[in-house]
Amino acid sequence: MFDLRDLYMQVIVDHNKAPRNFGVLKEYNHDADGYNPLCGDKLHVYVHVNDDEIIEDISFEGEGCAISVASASLMTETLKGKPIADFPDSFERFQHMVTSDINEEPDEEKLGKLAVLAGVREFPSRIKCAVLCWHTLKSAVEDSHEIAKTE
Amino acid sequence: MMDIAKIRADFPILSQQIYGKELAYLDNAATTQKPQCVIDAISHYYAFDNANVHRGVHALSERATAEYEGARKIIAGFFNARSEREVIFTRGTTEAINLIASSWGGANIRSGDEVLITHMEHHSNIVPWQMLCEHVGATLKVAPINDAGELIMHEFEALLSERTKLVGVVHMSNALGTINPIEAIIEKSHAVGAKVLIDGAQAAAHLAVDVQALDCDFYVTSAHKMYGPTGIGVLIGKEDILESMPPYQGGGDMIRMVTFEKTEYNDLPYKFEAGTPHISGANGFGKAIEYIQNIGFEAISTREKELLAYATSKAEAFDGLRQIGTAREKACVLSFVLDSVHPHDLGTIVDRDGIAIRAGHHCAMPVMQFFKVPATARASFSIYNTEAEVDALFVALKKAQDIFA
Repeated sequence: MFDLRDLYMQVIVDHNKAPRNFGVLKEYNHDADGYNPLCGDKLHVYVHVNDDEIIEDISFEGEGCAISVASASLMTETLKGKPIADFPDSFERFQHMVTSDINEEPDEEKLGKLAVLAGVREFPSRIKCAVLCWHTLKSAVEDSHEIAKTE
Repeated sequence: MMDIAKIRADFPILSQQIYGKELAYLDNAATTQKPQCVIDAISHYYAFDNANVHRGVHALSERATAEYEGARKIIAGFFNARSEREVIFTRGTTEAINLIASSWGGANIRSGDEVLITHMEHHSNIVPWQMLCEHVGATLKVAPINDAGELIMHEFEALLSERTKLVGVVHMSNALGTINPIEAIIEKSHAVGAKVLIDGAQAAAHLAVDVQALDCDFYVTSAHKMYGPTGIGVLIGKEDILESMPPYQGGGDMIRMVTFEKTEYNDLPYKFEAGTPHISGANGFGKAIEYIQNIGFEAISTREKELLAYATSKAEAFDGLRQIGTAREKACVLSFVLDSVHPHDLGTIVDRDGIAIRAGHHCAMPVMQFFKVPATARASFSIYNTEAEVDALFVALKKAQDIFA
């Protein structure tokens, strides 16, 4: 049977306890709010894209469950230093991973550490926690000025 | 002494396993489970008596009408309404409050008037008043609560004035378990000429309510929190007030005579029951109330107090747990946060042990804001819960703490 430890893997517990890239950036040119009103998860994402179209720095702050905090922490860690042009693909890849059939193995080569979040598929009510940061970042890079929601 | 095993046997849903563990249903403040007699009443109606009410001369329609009106009679007796004309079926508490805000509020609340509620209301007793106040230019006032989650009575009284036209107060808070001193609230509100609405969504399955003794103007509740079906509830109002109110919705059943020039409205309670009602729901509601009456509030109250005391003592002894809502007068609700585990993670983790609790803001965001928490975990108890289920909850909480240790 599916074990709770498949959801709350040590990496997730660690990132929840000590989130990476947490706080406000000194310099940023995109940011957005994310909010899931039903669970009360709140995020704010800051991004600095430099002249070479590289995500030079990225951070988040807010409060939420372990899944939403760890997911935001892992997302910022993964995307820092990557070209902004790659973001739509990364977004789709993550979205696919957390909504795909449970028997489909996540593409660990492409997903890297993010693959630890594949376990949320077994917990449908928690998928929205994992994707909130991604939708918030999408809102930020598109400068949509709309509060991202995944509920 | 209540026979818990016998009561549990009345609820077929309880004897199942979730992820291979015995189900411990501790989310009764969200909705209660349904005894077999309620399920049977609903299916019996559809299997044998289904017809529309108040219109047919055929046998089935007469049976359906008799059952529907029979349920109204049971409800009138349960709340000690003066007559069945005071008992209006609604979709639930939320629709009942919207009915009052729209119909009574629309006719009686003017610019400069005030509506007074409390900080522990759930959204359905906040938003309809906000909408009304915005619409007519009235002001919504909020009476504060203390750190235990109790209404601060002298501050409530200080907010009452001749401008106060309506006071809306929850009888028992779903997020905190607090039982409000509604007798005093009603008396003090009437003294300034305000009408009083008591939101009994959470209370009606746990406390005996006598609307005449209370002298409240409106009492509202939902069947599904008192072992009845979803989608049906009731508004009990004083007849003279209901009589003076304009209809809420127009349609069939609420009319006596319709021409294109003018419509004459039906008598109470039908004036407020436009359209074909939730007939099977009303029948189920009536059965649920008979079920409660058969057990009796004395036994219910004794048992529920005993179980809450047991759970509270466990909570007090549990490291890293902070209770949210510690009112002296409370019932059936243990709301809390753990130091190291977010309520949503907790909800997921205990679910894998078959334990159903609520994690979230309990449709009372201002309560969460007051206690400066984004959400709480809430275990809420009912007549069929056991000490063993409470034990299982605390074992699962420990497990959650260990995962995040």
